[in-house]
Amino acid sequence: MNYSSDFPTRFLSMLILAVIVFLGSQLLSSPAYSQVDTFEFDTIEQQKRFRTLSDELRCPMCQNASLSGSTGGVAEDLRREVHRMIMAGRSDAEIMQFMYERYGDFILFRPRLTAGTVLLWFGPLLFLLIGGIVAFGIWRRARQYSDNDSELDESQQERLRKLLDDKA
Amino acid sequence: MAKLKFYLPVFGFFVIAIVLWRGLSLDTKTLPSMLIDKPMPNFQLTTVDGNNVSNADLPKQVFLLNVWGSYCLPCLVEHPTLMRLSEEGEIPVVGVNYRDKQNLAVDWLLENGNPFTFSILDESGRFGIDLGVYGAPETYLVDANGVIRFRHVSVLDETVWQEQFLPAIAELRAEGG
Repeated sequence: MNYSSDFPTRFLSMLILAVIVFLGSQLLSSPAYSQVDTFEFDTIEQQKRFRTLSDELRCPMCQNASLSGSTGGVAEDLRREVHRMIMAGRSDAEIMQFMYERYGDFILFRPRLTAGTVLLWFGPLLFLLIGGIVAFGIWRRARQYSDNDSELDESQQERLRKLLDDKA
Repeated sequence: MAKLKFYLPVFGFFVIAIVLWRGLSLDTKTLPSMLIDKPMPNFQLTTVDGNNVSNADLPKQVFLLNVWGSYCLPCLVEHPTLMRLSEEGEIPVVGVNYRDKQNLAVDWLLENGNPFTFSILDESGRFGIDLGVYGAPETYLVDANGVIRFRHVSVLDETVWQEQFLPAIAELRAEGG
């Protein structure tokens, strides 16, 4: 089996490997250790929403911690605010909007899809596309070479045999 | 043409290198304020001295809104600048005493001097959330109509004053503020 016919198999196994690595990283990067607050909720549902929201919101004074993972003063205040709004019956979207109006894109761990963030969202896909095109080009060229040039004609084989004989 | 294709990866390398190099010098610590060109959030609070205070009590001219706390060391660093501005009558300075205790705030002002027309007491930090504050010190430039026009995060020293605030204030006052 030569390289060219092997390509789709290789490509597929690489892809599978990439997916496994990606899934692994998702599993390992569990949310940061949560701060212990003494908030009370009426329902489990409310508590779950609180957890999710404080994991999705970034602590404004930190670089890479969520509200739930930060001991910072603002994070503490914002957790209290999230709790208050949940208990007041505000929706998740309303709470996110409240935070966005005050702290901007920085506070959202999951950036909104705007003209400015299109590249952020679809950049990886773009790179995958470019890589795919390049890989496909290489594969096609390799197949062309193997189709045309792998067989030697009579005179070429004669020449090859002579060269080998001379060496020996 | 084939030669051009050969240089494509090198070209790509330089494009990515330049983009990433620029990324290294980006300031990711200073958040842009969401309240620029928005009116001061409504408030109905008390001052550090215990008086009721609301939006109506704000100066009717261009003024500084300085977020401070007795626990905040950088606030001590910028304190002489604020004192000078207020003593020389350059601009009124309103304080927001952020996430502090009232008695500690009073002591701090007695000990270091009080550059503020008044200081809004925000022990819970709730007013700070409406302002988009994420840590003292922060200084907002508010125009005569009570609209926030500029924010500086961290120490406001004489250099920052000269280079950032003076031009912005000149512009506001030219507008008729």
